[in-house]
Amino acid sequence: MRKVSLTQMKERQKGTILDISGGLGLQNKFMSMGIYKGREITKISHIGLKGPVAIKVGRSVLVLGHGVANKIVIESHD
Amino acid sequence: MIKKIFLVGNPNVGKSVVFSRLTGVQVISSNYAGTTVEIMRGFLKLGGQEAEVIDLPGTYSLDPGSKAEEVVVSLLNESARDEIVVINIIDSTNLERNLYLTLQLLEASLPVMVCLNMCDEAKHHGVSIGIDTLEKLLGVPVVPTCAITGSGIKMLVEKIKDVKSKPRDKSSHRDRWQAIGEIIEQSQHLTHRHHSLREILEDASVRPFSGALIAIGLMFAAFEIVRFIGENLISRIADPVFFNLYQPLLIKLSPILGGESFLHHLLIGDLINGKIDFKQSLGLLTTAPYIEFAMVLPYIISFYLVLGLLEDIGILPRLAMLLDNLLHHIGLHGFAIIPVLLGLGCNVPGILATRNLESRRERFIAATLISIGIPCVALQAMILGLLGKFSGFYVSGIYLVLLVIWMVLGVILNHTVKGYSPELLVEIPPYRLPSLLTLWKKLFLRIKGFLIEAAPLVLLGVLIINVLLYFKLFDLFTGLFAPVISGLFGLPKESVVALVMGLFRKDVAVGMLMPLGLSVKQLFISAVLLAISFPCAATFVIFLKELGFKDLFKATLIMCAVALVTGSLLNFVIH
Repeated sequence: MRKVSLTQMKERQKGTILDISGGLGLQNKFMSMGIYKGREITKISHIGLKGPVAIKVGRSVLVLGHGVANKIVIESHD
Repeated sequence: MIKKIFLVGNPNVGKSVVFSRLTGVQVISSNYAGTTVEIMRGFLKLGGQEAEVIDLPGTYSLDPGSKAEEVVVSLLNESARDEIVVINIIDSTNLERNLYLTLQLLEASLPVMVCLNMCDEAKHHGVSIGIDTLEKLLGVPVVPTCAITGSGIKMLVEKIKDVKSKPRDKSSHRDRWQAIGEIIEQSQHLTHRHHSLREILEDASVRPFSGALIAIGLMFAAFEIVRFIGENLISRIADPVFFNLYQPLLIKLSPILGGESFLHHLLIGDLINGKIDFKQSLGLLTTAPYIEFAMVLPYIISFYLVLGLLEDIGILPRLAMLLDNLLHHIGLHGFAIIPVLLGLGCNVPGILATRNLESRRERFIAATLISIGIPCVALQAMILGLLGKFSGFYVSGIYLVLLVIWMVLGVILNHTVKGYSPELLVEIPPYRLPSLLTLWKKLFLRIKGFLIEAAPLVLLGVLIINVLLYFKLFDLFTGLFAPVISGLFGLPKESVVALVMGLFRKDVAVGMLMPLGLSVKQLFISAVLLAISFPCAATFVIFLKELGFKDLFKATLIMCAVALVTGSLLNFVIH
């Protein structure tokens, strides 16, 4: 169990969302797409060093820009 | 009395396909979020009365956030609750995520019914949903449909009259997801499937290395296919029709009109070496139809066929992800690649699609870059027709120059335009096998749109030019611009006619260059100038409508500056 940001997580790793920072607008948007505290996600990939992150949430694949991905703290399952 | 039926749902669940099925109005649908940027309206007969059907842009929630959400909420609040029905369209393969919006709709006391779309696809994915259980848990009618084939639509229409609003307590975001978890538990059953080839490809396409390889391969293939189909349509169909069937008719008509008459000048144009030359005669019956039907239309067909395929398979959002990093340098994010690709067909839908970008800054940058650096397919087809006979270096050279302008201007805009650029946050749809019927319908809609908008303008453009040339009215004008045109750009002063015509339509403008006997260098420079200088009238209008006068004015100034700098630089650099 390790606390990392979504960008630091390894590819194909699973984890649970611990915390999300950012404004209310972003929080609401995340919430409506199924990204919220306690939710389990799988990181699929990461494009480049400062690139976007693809994650699997439920049955959807979502892509988050590097900046927003940094706002999500994950407790990774090893 | 039901007066209005709203179609509400997450992005990319097939709302537009359901809309087409309900109203018979054909609209463009694709496999990515945000295909619908304009609110579409149509009518449906309900028990002898006509109800208005409104297709709303896709939204994940009713919370204020994005523009799409605001539009949906304000429209829903506009009408009395007992006169409307909300059809909440859900992607059956992704019930869980879709139900969040459903619960919000129910909590807003709207009269809702649920349309479980893409039922056939859910079956393929091993998802089965208990319709009765779901109906009981939600307390509203639920109808499974497959809008692409039309199954379930009849039942959907029959149940509309039974829809009533049921009060449901408002809950917090967390409780809503809790409730969804319970609903899913009881109503959805998943069968485990082994990884299919499609899933392996889906996975590979969002990974850095394999994704880039797939994307580059696909784009290269797409470009080659567009060219192959376009060239063959021209050489096997369009040219034979024009030269073997149409030209003999014109040859008979020419002496009847009398070689030197005004009418002959208008309809047939000038005879080149005593013959009708479709590329140079400049008549309403000769060059005008040849440009539109034998030079541009074949490429319109091949471009939109390939674009339709890319859209429906679901490749564009993956490109958005791969290009996100790069586009950040020019103040945009990955999703901006979609308006850009649409702009390669025609700048108008490209600029309309910038509505999917959230901030005004992004929209301004994207729309300006599209109108300056993205040549539409009509212009590209003409450039190919004009420069294709020289070495391939010139055609690729034009794309290269435009790409450089794009990058340089993008970086400059990114550093100077005020405001913020939000980050990419988008769903990647599964790969889908496109339905031939939808592909065909979409292609047909786009070709029809092109013919209706372009053909009259092309005729009008050639007519105006002919009258002006006949009465030698251009001479005033050409003298005025000669210092810039000849001095800086190294072009003959007559080419000002073409550049001015570019304001009207780009394809006709390139057509004006054909009789001037320009050198390759001059052709190259004028083609680049036409691509970057003023957008055509239609693009102008849509830019004004979407971003207002002030932004249009700014973009126009930028355009003039870029055209001046690029034109003179190229003139000095190329030998």
